[in-house]
Amino acid sequence: MTHYSLFTLLRNAFSGHRHWDRAWRDAEPQESYDVIIVGGGGHGLATAYYLAKEHGITNVAVLEKGWIGGGNAGRNTTIIRSNYGLPGNIPFYEWSMKLWEGMEQDLNYNTMVSQRGVLNLYHSDAQRDAYARRGNMMRLHGVDAELLGRDQVQAMAPFLDYENARFPIQGGLLQRRGGTARHDAVVWGYARGASDRGVDIIQNCAVTGMLRGPDGSITGVETTRGPIRAKKVGLSVAGNSSRLAEMAGLRLPIESHVLQAFVSEGLKPVIPGVITFGAGHFYVSQSDKGGLVFGGDIDGYNSYAQRGNLPTVEDVCEGGMALMPMIGRARLLRSWGGIMDMSMDGSPIIDHAPVGGLYLNAGWCYGGFKATPAAGWCFAHLLATDQPHETAADFRLDRFATGHVIDEKGQGAQPNLH
Amino acid sequence: MRIPCPYCGDRDSQEFVYRGDAAPVRPSDPAEETEFFDYVYLRENPAGPIDELWYHAQGCRNWITLTRDTRDHAISAARLTSEGKSA
Repeated sequence: MTHYSLFTLLRNAFSGHRHWDRAWRDAEPQESYDVIIVGGGGHGLATAYYLAKEHGITNVAVLEKGWIGGGNAGRNTTIIRSNYGLPGNIPFYEWSMKLWEGMEQDLNYNTMVSQRGVLNLYHSDAQRDAYARRGNMMRLHGVDAELLGRDQVQAMAPFLDYENARFPIQGGLLQRRGGTARHDAVVWGYARGASDRGVDIIQNCAVTGMLRGPDGSITGVETTRGPIRAKKVGLSVAGNSSRLAEMAGLRLPIESHVLQAFVSEGLKPVIPGVITFGAGHFYVSQSDKGGLVFGGDIDGYNSYAQRGNLPTVEDVCEGGMALMPMIGRARLLRSWGGIMDMSMDGSPIIDHAPVGGLYLNAGWCYGGFKATPAAGWCFAHLLATDQPHETAADFRLDRFATGHVIDEKGQGAQPNLH
Repeated sequence: MRIPCPYCGDRDSQEFVYRGDAAPVRPSDPAEETEFFDYVYLRENPAGPIDELWYHAQGCRNWITLTRDTRDHAISAARLTSEGKSA
């Protein structure tokens, strides 16, 4: 593999960029592997990368039904942050943030990690108190958080509607280390690192069934490119976890819902970081190309259609207009929909499945992108050692049966509101 | 998406509140914990036709059981939930 550096860039520039090596191998499936990871998104490829790099397990295949990064890894709003509140969540997301911070050096790939801050606005005294509490919980876990007053927010973002009659902005909770990363580059960076260490990345290979041993445990998968055997099979297929689990005879505490995201035409730099509306559901950042990238609520009913409906488009844009009326003249360029694994408590699952040989990485709801590095790290740890990683030990599948749910929102068992 | 309310006719889905999958049925007392776990948390989550509950909050205020395909939102049946599953 070519090490990317200023020197290789210059050398290839002088030869017209015609001699770059391929970043990763498009492999053909072999008969068997030590580990099969189903799902060639950010999570699956990160898992393969850390299996190879941290655990020395390189006889690994990543199976992808389409092209890598073509699912939710290519359908998000690229926000990274670790501003969670509950003890089961904070160490995990903070570990993810630390991995983001070292990712480009580690992967030798420009994933465009940009820590330009995530600002959650508050609009009432009660919300300020709730944010102060969340900020304190974060700081107790060693995560950065600052509670800003209105003047401080106004200095950062003068374009917001501070005098909105219904939702005046009182201030915000800021995580300066949050920001955005380039989603496609994350996928390709992990693919390159994994492929270089011997992992087979197999595209256009949809899993259609599970192979079972005499004791009922999973010994491989049936695919559109033939059966492939493996000692361990890991599912990393957000949106379709229930479908894959069904092949193994399981039902999960998950529903699939569609989440839309949007991008405007390119504008001059105007929005400094990530800004979220506290009185509705709207989050926005500006990409390096200048487009405003934003999103809001899920459509609200079960869906496997990778597209959303107009009422949610209207709802999200109304939220944006209430927060920053200046965007009213920007035209919407594109919108897209991704299928989310909405779990029953809003938190993910990284655990053994109750069937031998099968492992789950599922239930990421909205939050899968920011978790990409740590989800890969922790899922690789589980696959390699059969023990949960310490930062993901609470993401158990049986927590719903035992009552140890991680309900960040405190709303009870409800998959279609989060 | 428009929902064919059996009482009001075709109406915009914005008039309705979504309750979700109609399949889980509350276990009758006395029930085991595992039955309640199943009822509260586990879902078939089908990619295809699903029976689900919608409440016509801004209309006739009936509960409606809708059969909708989760892949393309095509609605194949709608009935008042109060009329039971046989209708």
